[in-house]
Amino acid sequence: MVTFLIRRLLFMVVTIVFISLISFVLIELPPGSALDAKIQQFRARGLNVTSDVVKGLEERYGVNDPLYKKYWKWASNAVVGDFGQSFFLDQPVNTLIGSRIWFSIGMSTAALLFAWCVAIPVGVYSATHRNTMPDYVITVLQFVGVAIPEFLLAIVLMFIASWYFGVEVGVLFSREYRDAPWSLGKLMDLLSHLWLPVIVIGTHSTSWLTRVMRANLLDVMGQQYVQTARSKGLGERVVIWKHAVRNALHPLIMALGGTLPALISGEVIVSIVLNLPTTGPLYVQALINKDMYLAITFLLFLSVLLVVGNLLADMALAWVDPRVRLE
Amino acid sequence: MATAEAATPGSAAASAKFAEDVSQWTLMRWRFARNRLSLFGLVVLLILYFLAVIAPFLSPYPYNDISTDYIHVAPTKLHVINGQISVCPLLQEMRDFQWFYEEDCDRAVPVDWMVKGHAYTILGIPFETHLFGVTQVPPPPDPAKLKARAAAAAAAAPKSDDPLAAFKVDAPSVASGGVEADKLPPKVFLFGSDVQGRDMFSRVMEGSRISLTIGLVGVALSVVLGAILGTASGYLGGLIDDLVQRFIEIIQSMPTLPLWAAIAAALPPTMPVPQRYLLITIILSFVSWTGLARQVRGKVMAYANLDYIAAARLAGSSHMRIILAHMLPNASSHIIVVSTLAVPGSILGETALSFLGLGMLPPAVSWGVLLRDAQQIQSVILHPWLLIPAVPIILTVTCYQFLGDGLRDAADPYSS
Repeated sequence: MVTFLIRRLLFMVVTIVFISLISFVLIELPPGSALDAKIQQFRARGLNVTSDVVKGLEERYGVNDPLYKKYWKWASNAVVGDFGQSFFLDQPVNTLIGSRIWFSIGMSTAALLFAWCVAIPVGVYSATHRNTMPDYVITVLQFVGVAIPEFLLAIVLMFIASWYFGVEVGVLFSREYRDAPWSLGKLMDLLSHLWLPVIVIGTHSTSWLTRVMRANLLDVMGQQYVQTARSKGLGERVVIWKHAVRNALHPLIMALGGTLPALISGEVIVSIVLNLPTTGPLYVQALINKDMYLAITFLLFLSVLLVVGNLLADMALAWVDPRVRLE
Repeated sequence: MATAEAATPGSAAASAKFAEDVSQWTLMRWRFARNRLSLFGLVVLLILYFLAVIAPFLSPYPYNDISTDYIHVAPTKLHVINGQISVCPLLQEMRDFQWFYEEDCDRAVPVDWMVKGHAYTILGIPFETHLFGVTQVPPPPDPAKLKARAAAAAAAAPKSDDPLAAFKVDAPSVASGGVEADKLPPKVFLFGSDVQGRDMFSRVMEGSRISLTIGLVGVALSVVLGAILGTASGYLGGLIDDLVQRFIEIIQSMPTLPLWAAIAAALPPTMPVPQRYLLITIILSFVSWTGLARQVRGKVMAYANLDYIAAARLAGSSHMRIILAHMLPNASSHIIVVSTLAVPGSILGETALSFLGLGMLPPAVSWGVLLRDAQQIQSVILHPWLLIPAVPIILTVTCYQFLGDGLRDAADPYSS
């Protein structure tokens, strides 16, 4: 277990270094530099930017340095936690990302829990009531659930929520709690605003996991130990939940590796539509403004989130399934 | 045995054949044909692609035709008058800085079929005919009726208890369809019109051309990339295998949509449409080839130890020949299935990117671009028809899933 952890952690570091390399190439990909935007900003304010000034700025920010030098400059600072400055917002990237990334993590986790809590019972029901009307309805619903783009679902649910239920959408806190210190009331208030985005983010994964769960349970139900359990005279409920479902759960944990990217992507796009103060809106804003240091740091953080999530998934799998050896 | 089961009793040709005469592909076709849901998906998709090809023929107006007289018009109601499908001209009214429209069915004019309109080409052949359109100019509106409407509007207007009344612009309470529009035939908007008075139906049709193909081309590219790298990785093994697999792992450990968005952000916004289209397909395939390469590698590794490959090698076949003549044909059904299942993801990817303003950009039209207008919740509440482009997206993606599922079952030789 310890060797496995050390190896995985080492591999994780290597992966993250490579991701940062890819990310950095992406920073440099758009034509022109962030400085151009800055100079334009100065000119728009009516400042006289002479070519000498431009040259001075270029030298100061190292715009014409070779790529490896720039990467080193960025990466060596990033390691100690300084991700540079947002050109567009004139703030350190750290401050901008700090609180937002936690909301993103929280929402993705909540959406995952929601997906599991719905997918497992629905999948079990669907598999045990195979080829009945409810099963068909569930099947069609899960196809549509995978097919509907998250942003669309967000718009529709937002429409329903604000039209029929009068829920305030697009915020995480009610007005009276917005600037208040953390308290139980504020937490409850947060939760009452979170359910809508969590459902939207989780729908795609829920549909997918329901399908996985149904297929797995059907596979397991055909196996002999289930037959044995039945022939021992165990009740159907015990056979299904204690014998079959337990073993059908493993692929669900394995599917986590495929679910996490969807959850994180979903969180980004849903928070843009609902205008939530998480990573999404700022990320896309940064991309559109070519504020690349900010954007790429977001991408890096989201990737790290994914890598860590996958590690946790592997460990969880080893924990529930003794056949999986961690070596 | 499988043949006897697969052959439907009705197909005489099939039952005449012996099992060994039936190719794997024929078996697959039989199995596929029994799956109603995937057959339905296939048929709907074929229809959608056909509609995309003849889109300008079905569209009554050019998709980027702006008309200020028809801003945010609700979908046109079709009436049957004198046994003909007809549309009613609209009367326009400004209230609270918002246009309201009312049908004036006394002056209804019929919808004409096969009308001459704006020129277009399909597959390089020039045409001018459109399936439907309105060509007749209705008589001018009845002045007495207009006057009555104006009086009614004035009576309904709030009396000046409002302290802000002095600041309110007294909009013309009743206007007709607009001065120019009165001399023209009324327009028929099957899906309503957008903020610039463009016909949503024509735009959805035009958008299908980009939305339906961009994912497909993207997946086609990733099939090529995935098949080459997957085969190389599985067949050659060793260092190359390690390198390719680690590279795949790294790409897969970045969240898809943010990665797509980051690459797409590098495209300059002023790029011409065809070039942008091409680059976006490349961006879409850049991420989606990894899954495919994994699957192909698995297949190739499974085949590598089989006897017939050993036989081919003993007979002196080159690596290239073994791969091209023996392995790829065997893996092809699998590749088709996996790529069909990858198409919906690419279509949704384009839609999401365009929706965020990072994919296709106006004046290009795709379903994602059209849904940008639905981003504002207030706008959707007032003009729900702006959500219509979502329907073909959901339909397309669902049908691709049905199709992919059916193909997967059909390609699996062990399925019952």
